[in-house]
Amino acid sequence: MADPMRIRAQALNGNVVVKVLMQHEMETGQRKDANGKTIPAWHITDVSASLNGTPVFSAQWGPAVSKNPFLQFTIKGGKAGDKVSVQWVDNLGNKRVDEATVV
Amino acid sequence: MNTRRDLIKQGALLAGLLAGVLPLQAGAAEALAKSAFDAKTLDELYKALGLGKPVESKEVQLSAPDIAENGAVVPVTIASGAANVVRMLVLVEKNPSVLTASFDVSPAVEAAFQTRVKMGQTSNLYAVAITADKKVLFAQKEVKVTLGGCGG
Repeated sequence: MADPMRIRAQALNGNVVVKVLMQHEMETGQRKDANGKTIPAWHITDVSASLNGTPVFSAQWGPAVSKNPFLQFTIKGGKAGDKVSVQWVDNLGNKRVDEATVV
Repeated sequence: MNTRRDLIKQGALLAGLLAGVLPLQAGAAEALAKSAFDAKTLDELYKALGLGKPVESKEVQLSAPDIAENGAVVPVTIASGAANVVRMLVLVEKNPSVLTASFDVSPAVEAAFQTRVKMGQTSNLYAVAITADKKVLFAQKEVKVTLGGCGG
């Protein structure tokens, strides 16, 4: 199973700035291996986040997002101690959810 | 005190709220058909998304390096100050598929995102903001990709 995400959620001027580093190959499906066979696509397709259990953000990604993707977004409102949870789903149906506390 | 009855009432209220909100979001998600990620050109993409002609706008900000030494990791920051933005896109014109990432903007998040993208070659990078009334605003920037460390 995939490695955990590194999530940092920081309260700043009444908002919460969330930085996420995911561990994922993000294989595009364009590359070929040494034998000339195409390496199948394997990448994150959907990302979503919630604040204290309320969905606040979602994104759809193609294969052209970099390997081990970095994402930063800002949640309006929120304060230190709140819980931010982030989930991704890849095109093979793998999932990963991680949670962080706002500092 | 919270009785079971209250809980059920709240639950019903919440369900009602969600029912009001979700069709909108579902509609937006539907607009972003998976075929959008297959679009090879900008025109194809706008067609797949059912959007009108994009307009270059100062209300969309895009920041990326002028020269990316490693096309596999190009940091991109997009933001928009336009009213009622519902979605923001990152596009790379000369990639095999134009659409790289799409971010849903809800009232709970700011229309400002940062991520890293792959670029196959020197190309224009676009940040697109789509508003609730289907206006399409964009900002563009050329990013030079130097491959193979030849510094070219």
